[in-house]
Amino acid sequence: MLGKLDWSAIPFDQPIPLVAGAVVLVAIFGVLGWVVVKGYLPYLWREWITSVDHKRIGVMYILLASVMLLRGGSDAIMMRIQQAVAYQSQGYLPPEHYNQIFSAHGTIMIFFVAMPFVIGLMNLVVPLQLGVRDVAFPTLNSVGFWLTATGALLVNVSLVVGEFARTGWLAFPPLSELSYSPGVGVDYYAWSLQISGVGTLVAGINLVTTVLKLRTKGMNYLRMPMFCWTTLASNLLIVAAFPILTATLAMLLLDRYLGFHFFTNEAGGNVMMFMNLIWAWGHPEVYILVLPAFGIFSEVVSTFSGKALFGYRSMVLATMAICVVSFMVWLHHFFTMGAGPNVNAIFGIASMIIAVPTGVKIYNWLFTMYGGRIRFATPMLWAVGFMVTFIIGGLTGVLLAVPPADFILHNSMFLVAHFHNVIIGGVLFGAFAGFEYWFPKAFGFRLDERWGKAAFWFTFTGFYVTFMPLYIAGMLGMTRRMQHYNVAAWRPWMIIAAFGMAVLTMGVICQIVQLVVSIRNREALRDRTGDPWDGRSLEWATSSPPPVFNFAFNPDVRGEDAYWDMKARAKQQSLAHETPDYQDIEMPRNSPTGFVCAFFATIMGFALIWHIWWMVILGGLGAWATFVVFAWRDHDEYVIPAGEVARIDRANIDERRNLVSMAGAV
Amino acid sequence: MNLLDPQGPVAAGNSTILVDSIFIMLVIVVPTIFAILAFAFWFRASNPRARYQPEFVYSGRVEMVVWSIPALTVILLGGVAWIGSHQLDPAAPVPGTGSPVRIQAVSLDWKWLFIYPDQRIATVNTLTVPAGAELNFRLTSSSVMNTFFIPQLGSMIYTMNGMVTKLNLRADNEGKLQGLSAHFSGDGFPDMMFDVNVISPLAFPDWVANTAKTDAVLNEDSYKKLMQQGIEKGRPVYRLEDPRLFDLIATQHIPPGPGPELASEAGRSHSGGHDAR
Repeated sequence: MLGKLDWSAIPFDQPIPLVAGAVVLVAIFGVLGWVVVKGYLPYLWREWITSVDHKRIGVMYILLASVMLLRGGSDAIMMRIQQAVAYQSQGYLPPEHYNQIFSAHGTIMIFFVAMPFVIGLMNLVVPLQLGVRDVAFPTLNSVGFWLTATGALLVNVSLVVGEFARTGWLAFPPLSELSYSPGVGVDYYAWSLQISGVGTLVAGINLVTTVLKLRTKGMNYLRMPMFCWTTLASNLLIVAAFPILTATLAMLLLDRYLGFHFFTNEAGGNVMMFMNLIWAWGHPEVYILVLPAFGIFSEVVSTFSGKALFGYRSMVLATMAICVVSFMVWLHHFFTMGAGPNVNAIFGIASMIIAVPTGVKIYNWLFTMYGGRIRFATPMLWAVGFMVTFIIGGLTGVLLAVPPADFILHNSMFLVAHFHNVIIGGVLFGAFAGFEYWFPKAFGFRLDERWGKAAFWFTFTGFYVTFMPLYIAGMLGMTRRMQHYNVAAWRPWMIIAAFGMAVLTMGVICQIVQLVVSIRNREALRDRTGDPWDGRSLEWATSSPPPVFNFAFNPDVRGEDAYWDMKARAKQQSLAHETPDYQDIEMPRNSPTGFVCAFFATIMGFALIWHIWWMVILGGLGAWATFVVFAWRDHDEYVIPAGEVARIDRANIDERRNLVSMAGAV
Repeated sequence: MNLLDPQGPVAAGNSTILVDSIFIMLVIVVPTIFAILAFAFWFRASNPRARYQPEFVYSGRVEMVVWSIPALTVILLGGVAWIGSHQLDPAAPVPGTGSPVRIQAVSLDWKWLFIYPDQRIATVNTLTVPAGAELNFRLTSSSVMNTFFIPQLGSMIYTMNGMVTKLNLRADNEGKLQGLSAHFSGDGFPDMMFDVNVISPLAFPDWVANTAKTDAVLNEDSYKKLMQQGIEKGRPVYRLEDPRLFDLIATQHIPPGPGPELASEAGRSHSGGHDAR
């Protein structure tokens, strides 16, 4: 009846996951109870859960990423403490627990923090920057988000029901095969990623289509803001790479469920094939994450320097070069598998070549600052912090691309330090910069600068204190994923790193405080102009938060930095029209398709993990029926009458006029 | 285990390339970091002496330079990588004094088995080698992937079941080193560290003779017991009964290790629940 599921799946004998699970459950039910008691449920359902508005979906993506950041961060704290204390002892985490924690940490941070954070920002901003009203496929967008949430939910269910993978975040076979991992951990891992992978793929298709097909009047490719270019590159990579991940995990699942032999030791299975396939996805994946961050920094550096981006066309070229070359370097993840000198050297050099366009980007940001008038608001601090940090990560990255150096650094703590250097220093700093920069656009008020700056300095310092010692530990021969060790030379560095983790945690706490303080002071921090930073691209041309239709009129773009031009010509479109001819606007209807589909996907995923076959069929049928019902819909748009558009737009224009005249009076 | 304190020619080559590459890159990285901080500081909005040049958004010369600097660096490093990959290929011979010592390494769950086919002995979790001789490794795995790595001797290499990888090393100085597995392989992974005793070439035959006196015999049966999942705290040694044992393992005539299901001390539940240890 319940497949492999029984009471032994609940870890009654293990206090840590049990208590953590209980705390999470209490928090979830507390929030749910509060929502129901306060009567917010209909509002949430109407305005958020079923929303197909790209801005709302973007916000929900970022919320998911932020919550998961706390989970992944807790894992990180536990790991740092374990390695600080587990010198010549077992520490406080037994191997089967520690191994789950580092596997979950990697999986969560990449798939459920970094990915949703950047996809959320792209969702929120790209249609606004392109001057359009929504993404190409609004309902599909909602489906993509909710399927990602399903994946995150399943990973967290594994905390209390069963176990998570103990194989590392890429679940290398044969360790992840049934014979060496008979538990449900790898199944939780694989099905979570299969379901959320579908979500990521549809998000990628959606954003590629949006950038290619939905640009406002006059928005040529070479007039698009840099963030749109990096979004295009990143999502092209998603569309090309995520099917590889899906196929690879499908093969692993066939091995585990139906006795296939793709990657087993026996019967002609080949583990090296898995290594190649997973990294053929895995290396583009890191550029999927970091390219949007490059786009964010381009916007931030240019806005806060008060200058257009230096060498725009060069930046476009560099972005697309990274997009293409990132697909040709995957073998550098296993130089030590014995491929032979020619193969190693060629892939090593190919990997280094990526450093050229990346270096060019750094220099172009540098020259964007040159001759600028730089305002050090929080986003700009993150940007400068990123440039310094990312160069160090780039240096160690190129070093690891030199095969003979990799022969002694592969899989070491040096490698761990390197990829945290580029993912924290690149992707996470970028996500935080974007969060601070576009928060006023999403919610209509700015974030508190003092707490924001405190968050930056704690995170920046904490990063160095945590990860520089790991570089040194790697140089001392320490390999990754050690539950305990008895080499005295490693210990001091592990203790310093644990201390650094405490500083990093302070940074996260500052971010939370910043959010709370800003919400409480939202009236004082209100952004009435829609343009709090003196921005350059079209998202700042509309109000904050933008109306559901984004723009009352399709903006007419006549050059790069569209909104800056409009402002410069003192012909702000909204101010220029004396009696604009407002038209009815058609917008897509809200749809519960995404939520319902993800509900059934959750049931199906859980049932697949525990081999509850009747429930698998039920979930599958439910998801399919949801799709059929959506496909047979009669009405998918509603009309906002011209009068309503006029009312909203006039209110916005009046607000701006008031501010302009007040500024004039002063 | 300091990588910058190499004890053999391979490790010396690795760490030289490592240090050289870092210095080549520092030559452009350090000035760039200074430029970032300097530009960010000088062009701050509150500095009245900084000239605001909002029109300075393109310069062919600057573009030329910024594409050239990383490109030239990468060309230089690419040369280092190409030559280094060939010279330091793990399978490349490493000439030494005396005849090479053949060693067949097998990663087990969770210990290392070192077979000396010519000496007809085998050791677990301890590797004894003569200084100065070429060490001729052939490696495989009894079950999951691992990586054989002695940091101060250089170049690591994967071990995989049903496959043989090759690695040649040399230890130049007598002394005690440590090796480990550098690829996560399961619950006992951190206990896969092993001792490396580098002894004088004259003492090596004595050590072999002493080791061969043991009563324990390594053959297919005792190997199958050894490959059960578990941690080996001791340093057992064996007389090797069949010098083709490694080939039997590598060609899967002896099937791969059983994993947790059949492990003797198991008690691990089949259902996927948490294991109580």
